[in-house]
Amino acid sequence: MRLRLWFLTAALALSGCGGPFPQSTLHPRSDFARATDVLFTDIFWWAAAVFVVVEALLVVALIRFRHREGRPAPKPTHGHTLMEIAWTLAPAAILVFVAVPTVRTIFATAGEAPADAVKVEVIGHQWWWEFRYLDLGLTTANELHLPVGKPVRIAITSADVIHSFWIPRLGGKRDAIPGKTNYIAFRADSTGDYSGQCAEFCGASHGNMRLRVIVDSDSGFGAWAQAQLGPAATPAKGGLAQEGKTVYGRSACIGCHAIRGVSSGVIGPNLTHIASRTTIASGLFPNDSSHLASWIADAPALKPGAIMTRMKPPLTDADIAALIAYLQSLR
Amino acid sequence: MKSWLTTTDHKRIGLLYFWTAFSFFLIGGVEALFIRAQLAQPNGHLVTAETYNQLFTMHGTTMVFLALMPLSASFFNYIVPLQIGARDVAFPRLNAFSYWVFLLGGLFLNASWLVGPLFHAGRLNVAPDGGWFGYANLTERQFSPGPNIDFWLLGLQILGISSLAAGFNFIVTILNLRAPGMKMMRVPVFTWMTLVTQFLVITAFPVITVGLVFLMFDRFFGTHFYVSQSGATPILWQHLFWLFGHPEVYILILPAMGIVSDVLPTFARKPLFGYTVVVYSGVLIGFMGWGVWSHHMFSVGLGPIADSVFSATTMLIAVPTGVKIFNWIATLWGGDIRGTTALHFAVGFIAMFIIGGLSGVTHASPPTDLQQTDTYYVVAHIHYVLFGGTIMGLFAGIYYWWPKMTGRLLSETLGKWHFWLQFVGMNVAFFPMHLIGLLGMPRRVYTYAPELGVSDLNLLSTIGAFLIALSILVFVVNLLRSRTHGQRAGNDPWGGATLEWSIPSPPPVYNFSVIPTVANRLPRWKTEHHEPMRDPPAAPPGPIHVPGGSWWPMLAAFGLPILALAPLTHTLWLAFVGAAVLLAGIFLWAFEPFEV
Repeated sequence: MRLRLWFLTAALALSGCGGPFPQSTLHPRSDFARATDVLFTDIFWWAAAVFVVVEALLVVALIRFRHREGRPAPKPTHGHTLMEIAWTLAPAAILVFVAVPTVRTIFATAGEAPADAVKVEVIGHQWWWEFRYLDLGLTTANELHLPVGKPVRIAITSADVIHSFWIPRLGGKRDAIPGKTNYIAFRADSTGDYSGQCAEFCGASHGNMRLRVIVDSDSGFGAWAQAQLGPAATPAKGGLAQEGKTVYGRSACIGCHAIRGVSSGVIGPNLTHIASRTTIASGLFPNDSSHLASWIADAPALKPGAIMTRMKPPLTDADIAALIAYLQSLR
Repeated sequence: MKSWLTTTDHKRIGLLYFWTAFSFFLIGGVEALFIRAQLAQPNGHLVTAETYNQLFTMHGTTMVFLALMPLSASFFNYIVPLQIGARDVAFPRLNAFSYWVFLLGGLFLNASWLVGPLFHAGRLNVAPDGGWFGYANLTERQFSPGPNIDFWLLGLQILGISSLAAGFNFIVTILNLRAPGMKMMRVPVFTWMTLVTQFLVITAFPVITVGLVFLMFDRFFGTHFYVSQSGATPILWQHLFWLFGHPEVYILILPAMGIVSDVLPTFARKPLFGYTVVVYSGVLIGFMGWGVWSHHMFSVGLGPIADSVFSATTMLIAVPTGVKIFNWIATLWGGDIRGTTALHFAVGFIAMFIIGGLSGVTHASPPTDLQQTDTYYVVAHIHYVLFGGTIMGLFAGIYYWWPKMTGRLLSETLGKWHFWLQFVGMNVAFFPMHLIGLLGMPRRVYTYAPELGVSDLNLLSTIGAFLIALSILVFVVNLLRSRTHGQRAGNDPWGGATLEWSIPSPPPVYNFSVIPTVANRLPRWKTEHHEPMRDPPAAPPGPIHVPGGSWWPMLAAFGLPILALAPLTHTLWLAFVGAAVLLAGIFLWAFEPFEV
């Protein structure tokens, strides 16, 4: 294990990479990810041993039996039954050592979780993630908050095409398939900020379908959930934000987005607490004024194929500034 | 010119296959270079997301269906009849039909790069963009409204007909046209692997055809074979596709294994070690290839029981594969190895295929596969198998048999340059991909964030891809140079053991002046049991009837793309024209006088 990490570090150093590696499968931070990592390490060493032995035999054969003047004609050997049996059994025996821990890990990572697990439903959309906390009754998007050390069970499905939900450091991926629900379960073992992204080709912006996972302390997670359960902020009278709310209400925004008490669209991400998120456009850009402005003006330019098209007639710059003020008030 | 268009000579058709497939190989390679150039740095913007998706879809589709399979077919055509001592394949005109259907299907698919304006697409390229695996339901009309996927599903159906026709042809050829005395266990391993491959073709292609017909019905007639809202499931496509797709992997690799099994003994001056075991393990791989398809679907959620079973069947395939590798090494052991370019490539095949096989074991294990599937780790794996394996094997075949096919040797100096550039290039290109994948970069993404920490590895990989391109350039020079400057090959430049080396290079149209009688497995070698056979005389003792050419296979072949144009353009009368052309071609072909 340690040796492999050393090899890896050396390889990375040689290639000039430093890290950190936010999506590395080799830096697990949950029971699920550790189980697959341990298994991979196991298989890796078997594979490495076989590699060394077989390639060495090949190289030795090539050097030792290369053509030299005066070498007598080779003996025409046709085969050897015992050797055939030996090199049939040897790989089969090695495979037993791979297969047994494999099957054990398959069942250990099959998505079973205790009844008190935090339950989250993940719905893949082209190209963003919807998260519903069924027990808490709250819905958010693209940034998943989880408590550290607690079992989590994630139910995964899709609203359109097949996606694949993947946070490498917390566990292996499962496909998000319309009409089917898949489960993964894990227990994150350290707080932090993890990233993931869609792993099944899902159309034009497959490469842009990313997500963040914030693993927080129990109390931090509770505080976040409380805030999310609260109503949407009401902008102060006469301010730019209130004007933004008016723009929001009279524009196409309401058709697709939900802000609790204001609109109830379900096509796009829920914006009730959009200002509490650190990124927009499924983890693509920081949640700041300039990115919000270009996103509202022309989302497909930032994310090819995005169904949030340019509005007709286009919003004025003043409208957009007001909208941003409103969105930024939605903490 | 006319004689090439109407030819039914397996040797000419073999050369047509070679040049056509090699051209598609270059196109697929250029697509790969675009992909690598885009990924050379994070947030690359050489091409748009849409174009990138077309590039990787067409790279995969082209390499599998238009380059590797038909390059193997080029050797099936040229070499198999020579290895079994036949004058031609069993159905020469069907053979011509296969070629023309392949060519037209390939052109049909690639036309999609240029015909956007005809479909009012607002862009030049409407190439397929759903991946070579075309997962439903992304490929449904709802999510892919353009003609892109139509080109793909119609093009693949055309190509399937070509493969099926060739499959039946070669099975009949190998079973029925062997020279007297050539029992099955005296058949050269390349021909044996061709036979296994063709059985896989005729059983696997109907499966993908069913999948494609369902998809076509969904897209054109509003059926719901893959639509979950109607009670179906898009997973059906995955089962059908991989039920075809995994045997397809063996369709791609078994011919190369056959080539290696013929090249190694020739240059080690030693019979293939464990001929029987190598043949039977090839047959076994062919059978077992049918029981592993769901290992492409471990993240689909088929349940722990199914995952365990498919994991076990997949790991078991490593056994016959390992057996082959050990037998190849044992063939070299104790030999008198001459380091020709062909041998370099054959050994390169073994060395690289081992890496692909071992990384394959890591994702035969479902839990680790959950981290690896759909990442660059798998891209590394398939390229070690299909580039390090199949392409290295095919190049071994080219350097080995080119003298037979053209009468001229390729330059050994340029050949070594080609080999080493390609060997280094492929490892620089594909090895870093293992790490890129383990560090969390998914495949089929047109862009990635610098924060992933894989930028330098990606740049390295891109450099490797261009090294490969350079090596292919050296090969092209070698190929063209050999036409005028290549050393004359004579009957047998290598001292080969099998029948193809007993006749002139290139062989006369009738191949064998006298059909040889075969008494053992290595007829042209002296072993402890027998003396070498006497080669057939230079001139035939009597006139040999050779059938003339025919236009009708080509005419029939033209009917298929016309038929495909009907749904593509929503023009009903084209369907009748296409059917009429196809039927007219078949009719004229069937009633063509036997003696021309």
